[in-house]
Amino acid sequence: MLLAMTTTAGDEAGLVEALKDRDESAFAELVDLHTPAMLRVARGYVRSREIAEDVVQETWIAVLKGINAFEGRSSLRTWLFTILINIAKRRGMRERRDADVAVIAFTGGTVDPARFRDSEDPYPGHWKPDEVPSPFPDTPEGSVLGDELITLARRELDKLPERQRLVVTMRDMLGLDSAEVCDLLDISVANQRVLLHRGRAAVRQAFEDYLRETT
Amino acid sequence: MTGSMDCNELVELVTAYLDGSLDLEDRARFDTHLLECDGCASYLQQFRSTVDTIGKVALDELDPTFRSKLMNAFRDWR
Repeated sequence: MLLAMTTTAGDEAGLVEALKDRDESAFAELVDLHTPAMLRVARGYVRSREIAEDVVQETWIAVLKGINAFEGRSSLRTWLFTILINIAKRRGMRERRDADVAVIAFTGGTVDPARFRDSEDPYPGHWKPDEVPSPFPDTPEGSVLGDELITLARRELDKLPERQRLVVTMRDMLGLDSAEVCDLLDISVANQRVLLHRGRAAVRQAFEDYLRETT
Repeated sequence: MTGSMDCNELVELVTAYLDGSLDLEDRARFDTHLLECDGCASYLQQFRSTVDTIGKVALDELDPTFRSKLMNAFRDWR
């Protein structure tokens, strides 16, 4: 949502035309708009911030070289990320097929099975009485607890396995839709959903633990 | 799958539910379960609240040194 709010299709077409005319301020504006998200995504492929910066720089150079051929059939952001991910992959840090296999092979649940009643119980698979979730408190914009949870979310995102972090980042932080993410990462809809669900569930669990301790 | 839904099944379907990608049969089982289970209603609320909070995590500020590097790359290209 962060990016979606900051630009509109009309602005973007204008910036692209200005960039074709080699307008420096248009480039600066696009850099400011997209580079933080590009760095975040690049970090899903490479080990260090330095390499991520190399990948992003190489991407911008490729964009400049290719801008005259850009016809706006996809959004600029989708085009940028497609180039970025190709370059990041070529750095040889990730093997996509291994990641997909790992997703499929995983069969465990996202909630501790000990929280549910077992098969001896008249209601197997239902919450145990002392394990029933309770609603998270409302956290108004700028409230102390709200800020603490945002900080916690950032820390938990950093702890996620890289594929999960990438998908959660793209869907929930950058506001891309499911089809865009599948396309960019070249994964199936089902795998995208599993990665997203596992990543979100891990953050939810961290919130629940935190709120149980502090409230 | 048909019949009623258990809590441990529901918790794995929340993302699909929120994306609107459950088939109608499963969606109906999910909604029906929610009507009678406060725990799962709370779980769904927690999940929504989590997604909402993740959406508020800000991206890192752009490092000015790196930004200058990109601007220099632009000037070289131009």
